[in-house]
Amino acid sequence: MTGPQLDGLCVRDLRVTFDGFTAVDGVDLDVPPGDIRFLIGPNGAGKTTLVDAVTGLVRATGSARFGDRELLGRDVHRIARLGIGRTFQTASVFEELTVVQNLDIAAGATRSWWTLARRRHRVPDEVAAALETIGLADRGDQLAGALAHGQKQWLEIGMLLVSDARLLLLDEPVAGMSHEERDATGALLETVSRDRTVVVIEHDMDFLRRFARSVTVLHAGKVLSEGTVAQVQADPRVQEVYLGVDTASEA
Amino acid sequence: MTVLFGQLFTGVSIGAVLLLIALGLALTFGQMNVINMAHGEFIMAGAYTTYVLQQTVTTAGWSLLVALPVAFAVAGAMGVLLEVLLIRRLYARPLDTLLVTWGVSLMLQQLARDVFGSPNVQTRAPALLTGNIALPGGLTVANNRLFILALALAAVLALTLALRLTPLGRRIRAVVQNRDLAAVSGIPTARVDRTTFFIGSGLAGVAGVALTLLGPIGPTMGTNLIIDAFLVVVVGGIGQLKGSVIVAFALGVLQATGEYLTTLSVAKVIVFVAIVAFLQWRPQGLFTLRTRSLA
Repeated sequence: MTGPQLDGLCVRDLRVTFDGFTAVDGVDLDVPPGDIRFLIGPNGAGKTTLVDAVTGLVRATGSARFGDRELLGRDVHRIARLGIGRTFQTASVFEELTVVQNLDIAAGATRSWWTLARRRHRVPDEVAAALETIGLADRGDQLAGALAHGQKQWLEIGMLLVSDARLLLLDEPVAGMSHEERDATGALLETVSRDRTVVVIEHDMDFLRRFARSVTVLHAGKVLSEGTVAQVQADPRVQEVYLGVDTASEA
Repeated sequence: MTVLFGQLFTGVSIGAVLLLIALGLALTFGQMNVINMAHGEFIMAGAYTTYVLQQTVTTAGWSLLVALPVAFAVAGAMGVLLEVLLIRRLYARPLDTLLVTWGVSLMLQQLARDVFGSPNVQTRAPALLTGNIALPGGLTVANNRLFILALALAAVLALTLALRLTPLGRRIRAVVQNRDLAAVSGIPTARVDRTTFFIGSGLAGVAGVALTLLGPIGPTMGTNLIIDAFLVVVVGGIGQLKGSVIVAFALGVLQATGEYLTTLSVAKVIVFVAIVAFLQWRPQGLFTLRTRSLA
């Protein structure tokens, strides 16, 4: 599972406009290889749109490079195949497929009829490994729609792992999770960041303080502040935007 | 009893044709949310393909056999062309798509008039399919209707197996369930869309071949069927084949039985009233797939 190389994300002057409204307004972002970067900011700051742009789901101008490859202008599935994986705000799994089938799709397994027919005996190695990593080893044959909310979000991360994603863009991975589930998710992030670069959009400040290696604050489509957790927290502009309010329970 | 059985069997075979048409609609509607009004003209294309082939391959039996794959390919190619040239550009604009494909439908009808003339044309059925099979108890089934039933069931079976077991089928199901997630998982959704359109339109072409066994071929033959096919899809539940299968046969039988007991028009009224009542009870259709969409 160890990726051949660790790459970073380099975004330059990224702009996204919807019908005259500028959602992302000239963002520069450097995420070094192996980082766990948290993107925070008030609602409407452009965090999700930034991720949408990097993954090709919305059109953007500027540049977004992963390693030495330009991402903008490519088809969504091509970007995905370059090793960019993402999750969505609402836990998005193929609800009518089983956990293993979800992972299989993400792994692009071609011998699917065989896997489907013999799934108990012939789970591909990388799928089995991912099942173990995300803690769903005993739920492989369950329909993904029947999983608990937190488990679905782990399954999403598992789908990124088997797809050999080397850049993980996670949109609110701990939203709606219990404390124990948050801890498990944080540990999972630390595990996967050993050979991957991770970007997390999150509102949960407690989670951020514990697991972020670096933080970028977005506000009104622009980068407001960047640095370590302590640096960002000490930044008066950030305090102003958040009005000194700890938004831990906002999400 | 004999007459009623005859009517029931006629209903089942009408249902089989509807099913062939509705399968394609259910696929494209379920996957792309595209209401393709030109689907009926792909039926017509399939029927005229049979007609043209009979001019060149003169043995009726052989021409039908050749017509099945050729009509599938012709109608499928037309579907792909429509998808690439128009529908793809109107993505997420369902009302515009409806109007544009309706326009295409009218143009294709006119094209058929210009090429083949307004009057209906007739194809010859193979000798094997013109007779009847006698069942015990004095009941008979027409060979051609039996053939159509077998054809529809084979198509359903093939499609179901393809969707369940092949990698392509799983990709199609993944795109139906969650398009964005499928795309970011590395599935080329545009290509999957084109393939789905090819298969769906091709099935309409096969339905057209089947219809040449039941009656004459005309430029407007598709229009008469497309409404019924849409009803099958809506009542059956979007994005599901199971519902379409049940509803297609139910609709065919209801229609035929209604015709037998009353008249053609009253039978139509009965069918529509039944559908309205059903949709009051289950607006989402018999089966539904979409549990939630991405915000």
